[in-house]
This record gives sequence, C-alpha cells and structure tokens, in this order.
Amino acid sequence: MSAGAVAVAELAPRARFFPALAAVYRAQLSRARVARIPLLFVATFQSVGIMILMRGVVDGGSEARAVVAGSSVLVVAFVALNLLAQYFGQLRASGGLDHYATLPVPPASVVLGAAAAYASFTLPGTLVTAVFGCLLFGLPMGGLWILAAVVPLAGAALAGLGAALGLLAPRQELATLAGQLGMSAALLLGVLPPERMPGVIVWARDLLPSTYGVEAFARTFAPHPDWATVAFDLGVCGAVGVLSLAVATWAYRRAAVG
Amino acid sequence: MPETRATDGISLDVRRGEIFGLLGPNGAGKSTLVRQLTGLLRPDTGSVTLLGHDLVGHPERASRLLAYLGQESTALDELTVALAAETTGRLRGLGARQARAARDAVLEELGLTEIAGRPLKKLSGGQRRLACFAAALVGERPVLVLDEPTTGMDPVARRAVWSAVDRRRERHGATVLLVTHNVIEAETVLDRVAVVDQGKVIACDTPAGLKAKVSGEVRLELVWRTGAPREVPEVAALAPLAVASGRRWVLRLPPDEARAAVAAVTGGPAFAALDDFTLATPSLEDVYLALGGRMKGLVKA
Repeated sequence: MSAGAVAVAELAPRARFFPALAAVYRAQLSRARVARIPLLFVATFQSVGIMILMRGVVDGGSEARAVVAGSSVLVVAFVALNLLAQYFGQLRASGGLDHYATLPVPPASVVLGAAAAYASFTLPGTLVTAVFGCLLFGLPMGGLWILAAVVPLAGAALAGLGAALGLLAPRQELATLAGQLGMSAALLLGVLPPERMPGVIVWARDLLPSTYGVEAFARTFAPHPDWATVAFDLGVCGAVGVLSLAVATWAYRRAAVG
Repeated sequence: MPETRATDGISLDVRRGEIFGLLGPNGAGKSTLVRQLTGLLRPDTGSVTLLGHDLVGHPERASRLLAYLGQESTALDELTVALAAETTGRLRGLGARQARAARDAVLEELGLTEIAGRPLKKLSGGQRRLACFAAALVGERPVLVLDEPTTGMDPVARRAVWSAVDRRRERHGATVLLVTHNVIEAETVLDRVAVVDQGKVIACDTPAGLKAKVSGEVRLELVWRTGAPREVPEVAALAPLAVASGRRWVLRLPPDEARAAVAAVTGGPAFAALDDFTLATPSLEDVYLALGGRMKGLVKA
C-alpha cells in the first residue's frame, strides 16, 4: 500500500513532553470533574465510615494515628488505583487508546497526565477525611500540610500501579477486579493498626506502596515528629511512584500498538 | 488453529490529492488495512509507504503525517466538544494559542460553535461523530484517514463533512482515505474506490469505471404482497434468478429480459400479488455482487 511515492513529505513536529502532559492533565481533570464527583463522595464517606467504626475499637495513641492516616490515604487508593485501573481497562477494551496512539504524543505524557489528574482529584477528599479523623480522635491538625507531599507521592505510586493493572489486564473485567483487589488491600493493610497484625500480613503491608505514605502521615501526629523517618518514608513512596509509572508507560506502549 | 489472514496480498496505490475509498461489508478487512496504514498494526509481510516514508520500519511516523478518525470516541466522550478539539490539537503538537485558534476555526467551519460547551456523550450519535471529525481536523495533516466518518449523521452534518474535506483538498491538496460500507456515499464522494471482500481487493477503479463493468445488466426489484405466486409460470421461471429476502426479490438481468419480466409480472395474474417494483441502473452494490462479493452488509443511505 502506498500513497504518493514522488517526494518525501516533511514530518509534522511531535508534541513535546510537558505541553502534552499538561493538555492530558487538563482534559482528564475536566473529565473527572464531570464524571467522578459522586465517586469521590463515595470514597470520602467510606473512609469516614471506617473511622467511625474504628472509634469503638481504638482508643487514641499510635493506633488512632494509624487509622486516621490509613483512612485518608485510602481515598487516594480508591480513586488513583481503583478508578484509574478501570479507566485504562475500559479505554483499552473499547479501542479508545487508538486516539492517543495515532497522535504524535509521548506515551509518558498520556500516562503521567492521567495519573496526575486522578491523584490531584483525590486531594479534597483526603483533606476532609483527615480533618474529620483529627476531630474524631482528638489529634493535632498542625501537621496536615504533609498531605501536600503524601497525596502526590502516594498518588503517583498508586496511580502508576492502577494504570499498569488496567493496561496489562487481558480483559476489562479483570482490570476492574484488579483495581478492586488493590483497593481492598490498601484498606485492610493500611487502615488496620499494624500492631495487631500477624507477621506475614505485616510483610505484605510493607510491599504495598501506599503503606509508606500512611506511615509518613501517621508519624506527623506525634508531639515531636521524627522528620528524617518521615522523609525516608516519602522517599520510598516517590521511588515506588517512579517505578510504577515507568511500568505503566511501558504497559501503555505495549497496549497501544498491538 | 488454522492461520487467519485478515488481509492477504493487497496492493493499493493512492494518489496525492484524491479521495480514495475502501468499500466493503463489515468484517471485509477494511479496518485491518487502515490500522496498518495508521501505524496501529504492523503487517506480517509487505510494505506501507506514506508520502515517501516507510511505515513498517517507522510506524510512529504515521501520526506525524496523517490524522485518523477511528470508529470509537471513548477517549473523548466525557470532554466538551471544545476541549476535545483543543486537546487533540495540543497532542498533535500545536502550541496553546495555535490550538485554541484552530479549535475555534474548525468548530465554526462545521457549525459546532453552539454546542462547543457540551460533553460529547450528551450529544446525539451524529453530532458526536461530527465533534470527533472536528478533533481530527485540528492540527492539519496532509493525509486524512476517516473510518466511516458520517455514521449516524443527518444530511446537514454530512454536507459539512464533505465541504470541509473539499476545502482541504483545494487549499493544500490533502489526500483522503475513506472507509465506508455506504454505497451511495461511495458513489458520490470518491474519486476512486477499492472494493474489499474477505481480505482481498476484488476491484479498484473510479465508481463510474466499476459500474461500466456491469453496465450490460439492470436491476429489477420486485416486492410481493405476501409471497411470490410461484404457480404463475412466468414467476416460476424468474425464481431461480432471484435473490430473495422476505417478500423482496432482486434480479440482475440484461435490459430486454428485464423488460420482458416487468411485462410478465405487471400484465398477467401475477400483478395481483405484486406490491411494488423498481427497475434501476446498477449501483456499486451490484458491482460488489457481480464481482463475487459474498457478504451482506452494504448499506444504501
């Protein structure tokens, strides 16, 4: 098959990385505003409900910190992991990826733009959950600014994981299932205080990227937070984020041209 | 598992500046061919050269040479018409200001300005299709690949599509590859057409040239009130020649035989059983059938 073999046509420029990322981010955020606000409410109410339940069991101290931090990060897991896995699974199954694959856009811009939009969309829900938790368990609110670091870093790790699951799942239903399971893991391993868990479960908890976000956040409730450990936890979160977004980008390339 | 070949031994040459069509029923292999041309699918063997570029070796170059309108709109469905067009322009490499200007111009050109603020999924099928077409036009490309662009559109929207295509041909000699299973559209807008059936090109010529191949025949359509009165000898004689679907019979006959058949069914006792009949010159659908096309699914609309 050929079209005009006479002269070689000039290639149009590629879209550059950051402008393309910004365009995808803006479009995804507008999508999320229209379609996902009810789901953000669900995510927030779910976390608030879990904290109310745990109020009967947990009596303050480090356990209360873990519950509030875990419930707040759960909002991120719900949106960034679960919903993003569903979105990419659906986009792949319906042929929607063709749209991006026939535009001269770097794959990383598409994946990072979508992941960043989903992650930043979780910020208000995370904040509401954290404030409610602090009031419920009587924790200080002075350290909540740390969410400005926890949400993007845990968001990157979880969104990358969600995007990779959605893009790698052979069928759309499996993408949805993987997203749900990932969120359940974040719920069980993140919200329940680790002191009461058996050894194997604690080990599984250490493998979950959101755990480091939860730990970093929980530590800031202490009267004199150990900032070095907080920074280390956030560093782990960020490293996992880079890794999982790289895997997601690879998965996107693989899914887009097949 | 036996080897499945979606397309096999196809060789096509599309000239610059022409509207070239791929006509065939669903499942004929048109979309596979288009996916190979747009870099979405690498052919197992063979070559694809677009404007001097080897697309088998460099599939990523396709996106810098052509704009593709696929059949799916899921990537854009939840965006407003304006944002869908603008974002697509940005991802086609336009700067922010250029993308906004191109967006406004294209929406105006296609008559979409009034619904620019509405999300695609809230629009009718035809309007949504037009909005996706608008996105395909933002950030000009020398080649447009349009996979059934006018599906679900009303006549006004169709006219907007074909006028926009014509303007791009006049302005900078854009080449258009159109995938369609719509016979009427193929006859009216295409310069040349390849008829695709079961993964092979069974003919390739201008619509008029193709129709000349079957010009020796006319098409007679008979619609019976309930069923064909086979007890009438003239009707019984026509039965083996007819392609029957329900109450409708389609016959392809030399003109004199067709005249005789019309006289027989309208004159004698068969007339009481006849609901309607039409006598017509051949269409591209007749060409498709005469060339041995075996699948149903071409539409006339």
